[in-house]
Amino acid sequence: MHEVAIATALIDLVREEAAAARASRVTRLVIEIGALSDVDVHALRFAVDAAARGGLAEGAALDILEPPGTAYCLDCETSVTIAARGAPCPRCDGAKLLVQGGDEMRLKEMEVV
Amino acid sequence: MCATCGCGEGERRIEGVPEPHDHAHAHAHDHAHAHTHADGTTHVHSHSHVHTHADGTTHAHLHSHDGEHAHHDHAVDGARLVSVERDLLARNDAIAEQNRRRFQATKTLTLNLVSSPGSGKTALLVETLRRIGKQYPVAVIEGDQETTADADRIRATGAPAIQINTGKGCHLDADLVCGALARLGAPPNGILFIENVGNLVCPAGFDLGEAQKVVIVSVAEGEDKPLKYSGMFAAAELMVVTKTDLLPHLDFDVNRLIGNARRVHPGIAVLRLSAKTGDGMDRWLQWLDAARALRLAAD
Repeated sequence: MHEVAIATALIDLVREEAAAARASRVTRLVIEIGALSDVDVHALRFAVDAAARGGLAEGAALDILEPPGTAYCLDCETSVTIAARGAPCPRCDGAKLLVQGGDEMRLKEMEVV
Repeated sequence: MCATCGCGEGERRIEGVPEPHDHAHAHAHDHAHAHTHADGTTHVHSHSHVHTHADGTTHAHLHSHDGEHAHHDHAVDGARLVSVERDLLARNDAIAEQNRRRFQATKTLTLNLVSSPGSGKTALLVETLRRIGKQYPVAVIEGDQETTADADRIRATGAPAIQINTGKGCHLDADLVCGALARLGAPPNGILFIENVGNLVCPAGFDLGEAQKVVIVSVAEGEDKPLKYSGMFAAAELMVVTKTDLLPHLDFDVNRLIGNARRVHPGIAVLRLSAKTGDGMDRWLQWLDAARALRLAAD
């Protein structure tokens, strides 16, 4: 249920950035939610919709980019893409993977008027 | 930058802190901190983003001014794109950094204890505090959705404790911890234990300013928890396996649990103990002593 907290943080950021950009309305948000970030994207959409209500981002389109998880395999010494933490190496089936990316949660850009 | 002034978020309560919108800044940290106002301006994390808000002003009322924020002037009507590139939890992370600096100043080792509900966190803490006794200062921040039951159990040991109730919230955040610190203080040269809300998902992403997360799993749970809740096991430096006195009664394979934890986090340290029988408690206390020694040795 921390999607609500994340949506609230997003809308706070949007409000701040919109004020800095002297925007009267926000029509599109582009955010990045990594595949390993433990965020349910459907729940997040619902929460963002609710958090935006009554503010200048109400009704804004929400584009969610979902970069894959990336990890370095200590067995085959290769950078690989993984679907989940704890998943085996897709190249050598090794179990010792150091996660390197895919847990980001960022507001990338927004379209304003 | 604390919950004590960032209130109004439903049912969040810090024991002893007056309820909503009491902006009396009786608390000790006097950094020139801003509040999140209705217009959304906060200043604490201005260092981390692309715009320069060095003047600390609010922007909502600057619309009629020309020449302000020229970097945003596009002189184009209609839709335009604004590049932002900011972490969604930037505000939490900035407050966590303030908490961390505070712990550095007092040389306090702060541990964020995370687990499912019912793993035995409070029982472990009570037994730990009893054994530490008066050797060095300790304090406890207890996070739960409701009741002060856990803080009451901790205080019965003689250790100072404060309860944070998150209401419907599923995790503690840096703001709440900052508010609790204002009342409780950080034990100098000692250990602050933060017992997070029982939840293996949400607390993983919210930095509180702790030195380390410690994930606690009881043998009454499943060996596959590290795979199901991998984010938490990836974030924790130590896994404590509790209630080992129950092992004779259960089909629980501790080595499988450890193997799964190391699939997610190859370097995670592991301790096994029973707070009830005391078995393994000495090694946990040794680990705490070592972690505290590192904290004391470092600047």
